Amino acid sequence: MPHINLQSDLYGITSVLDFRPESAAPLCELTQMLLRGESSLTEAERELIASHVSSLNECVFCSSAHTAATCLLPGGNETGIQPMQTSLDSLHINDKMKSLLRIAAKVQQSGRNVTQEDVELAKMNGATDREIHDTVLIAALFCMYNRYVDGLATSTPADADFYQTLGKRITTRGYMMPKDGYHATDYKNQ
Amino acid sequence: MDITQLITKTNKKIHMAYIDIHNDIPGIRGLMQYSPDTAFVLNQLAQVLLADEASMPKFDRELIASFVSSRNECKFCMTSHGAIAAHLPGGDQELVEAVWRDYRSASISEKLKSLLNIADKVHKGGRHVTEADIAAAKEQGASDLDIHDTVLIAAAFCMFNRYVDGLGAATPDDPTFYAIVGKQRAAEGYLTKSVLVKD
Repeated sequence: MPHINLQSDLYGITSVLDFRPESAAPLCELTQMLLRGESSLTEAERELIASHVSSLNECVFCSSAHTAATCLLPGGNETGIQPMQTSLDSLHINDKMKSLLRIAAKVQQSGRNVTQEDVELAKMNGATDREIHDTVLIAALFCMYNRYVDGLATSTPADADFYQTLGKRITTRGYMMPKDGYHATDYKNQ
Repeated sequence: MDITQLITKTNKKIHMAYIDIHNDIPGIRGLMQYSPDTAFVLNQLAQVLLADEASMPKFDRELIASFVSSRNECKFCMTSHGAIAAHLPGGDQELVEAVWRDYRSASISEKLKSLLNIADKVHKGGRHVTEADIAAAKEQGASDLDIHDTVLIAAAFCMFNRYVDGLGAATPDDPTFYAIVGKQRAAEGYLTKSVLVKD
């Protein structure tokens, strides 16, 4: 049961965004910008950062949703990422992404754990300043979302199909809130 | 001393960010100058959570922001939001510092203590918040909106703190710097141009 009175037919992040539309507006826009805006990182690479940080934070809802999104995007499925996977060892990703995910994992622990050396290593592997900036901010963003979703004990469906449908929605429609708000039918296959 | 001189003075003593942000503005404002699009929405979020009308007083909300930043050991955010809280009606610097040291013995309401307990749990991880933590806050009169805003402010500062420290943003030592920031944000909210940004 969620800690506060949320619409009972909504789940996870959607239920809390629906509760307070004033804060939802900048949150949705920030997410759309970072994960779908123009970037030299692919959408799959950015979703992978979101998925990895959410797994490290043990947030089942966000990890499942962003893993599904990663795998639906071009190049994502080939990484071999699974929901709640915390080890990077088996992933098929390039050295640049490995070093960016290592920075993201440090951000997950604490911003203070990131060192100039971590950043230099990412640059040696071809990461630009902008990519490093966006990696840190995406990792930080999901340290917020994971806490928002679990800190209010939102409903987390156990069904893998649910996340597949949600993944389809966020990879096709993006992250902006629909004009008429969220509805239970958003989760249904269309 | 004007703010430009202050920045020059403080920057002599502090390192620059891990990436080249093309400016010498300390803390989150330097990152915001580097990335204005994300800055715009981050400021909108801060405005809604901390400065716009809400169920909790501004002082309580800034105190939660400063407290979570202290737990995350983010000196820039902790000191800035502490100074903002101190400049708001009902705020004073000693009270803010008492909350940093031990909020349970500080001269604040039992309701605010129960919300700071929730914020502390959120800082550790969302899953640390228990039914009992929520029940205790409700018993002290906290509404669903108070609890929602507390969790989201705490979570948002787990983001802001990581953004600032994860990119190694410069953190001034000079208290004058934070006094200027505190006074401006307490009076103007988050949507006005920073006094730190030079034309």
